[in-house]
Amino acid sequence: MRNKYLNPYIGGVLLGLVLLAANFVSGRGLGATGALKDTIATGVKAVAPSHYHNAAYYSENYAMRTEQPMNSWLVYQVLGLITGGFLSGIIAGRIKLTTERPSWVSSRRRYFFALAGGILFGYGSQIGRGCTSGSALSGMAVLSFGGFVTMMAIFGTAFALAWFFRRNWI
Amino acid sequence: MGPLIVHDIISSNTNLLLAFFIGIGFGFVLEQSGFSSSRKLAGMFYGYDTTVLKVFFTAAIVAMTGLLFFSLFGWIDLDMVYVNPTYLTSAIAGGVIMGAGFILGGFCPGTSFCAAAIGKIDAFVFIGGLFIGIFIFTEGYPLWEGFHNAGFMGSPRVSEMTGLSQGVFALLLILAAFGMFWVGEWAERKFAGNYRY
Repeated sequence: MRNKYLNPYIGGVLLGLVLLAANFVSGRGLGATGALKDTIATGVKAVAPSHYHNAAYYSENYAMRTEQPMNSWLVYQVLGLITGGFLSGIIAGRIKLTTERPSWVSSRRRYFFALAGGILFGYGSQIGRGCTSGSALSGMAVLSFGGFVTMMAIFGTAFALAWFFRRNWI
Repeated sequence: MGPLIVHDIISSNTNLLLAFFIGIGFGFVLEQSGFSSSRKLAGMFYGYDTTVLKVFFTAAIVAMTGLLFFSLFGWIDLDMVYVNPTYLTSAIAGGVIMGAGFILGGFCPGTSFCAAAIGKIDAFVFIGGLFIGIFIFTEGYPLWEGFHNAGFMGSPRVSEMTGLSQGVFALLLILAAFGMFWVGEWAERKFAGNYRY
């Protein structure tokens, strides 16, 4: 079955079980962007310690911790996420250094939009306190009102803007 | 019994180790389901591939139902499970900005890690963007601190907001998910031609 994707409903059940395990073991859901924020806080602490202790965000959210910012649940989970993705790619024969794009989209154009999308997603995830996994998916599983609102805002906006960016995809 | 960490059944170091294994499961399932492909993810918004909808909602209803049954059997104390707090203003605004990022970039953060793990260069670029976006947020925090904290409502569950019991709401959500799956299957047949090489 090389290169074949898993049936999405089976994939969904398995992902649901992983999320259930996270809640059962650790009392929390899955996430992604939080680990990047911890990484940034670690970097700031190393490069500019006084800024780390004075700037509002780090001093309010990190400076009082005795643990290093990177010694966090989400950092380990994201390291696992990368490992799991890599293992799956090996098994499926999908490991390949490549830029995925339709034939009519240049690599440069793809990189430009990937970078812009990443900046928006990174910023938005912090404004909204969590991304698709941390806020929308994990939030929905525990019936968080905010999780549902964020989920609808993410998908609603992407659908609403799809027409304007259709030449990048179809 | 659960959550294990809250009830001191496992140590905090074990909790971090298990986070790594939970992450492996997370990444493995995402990649197996095709979430390492931006064109597959973007297919959601053009109808030719609704894998995102199917995986996402199946996972949500499985985890939700599992938690409710675990609670019923006394295996987990749901009051000790983290419920994301609701700040209505930033939940909507953040979601809107993330939605724009999704259609431009073709990934969400978790899927971009998966895609980078199998060598997608555009995913590395997206992750670079994530770092920049988060850094802008943390560095400029005083500028949007008030906005970020506006509309605080505590940590309500949707069931409470709607006045339904958790079980009834869960049943309605499952039925809604099945309805969406039906629409998704229909859309994939109708918009299959949207995928060109």
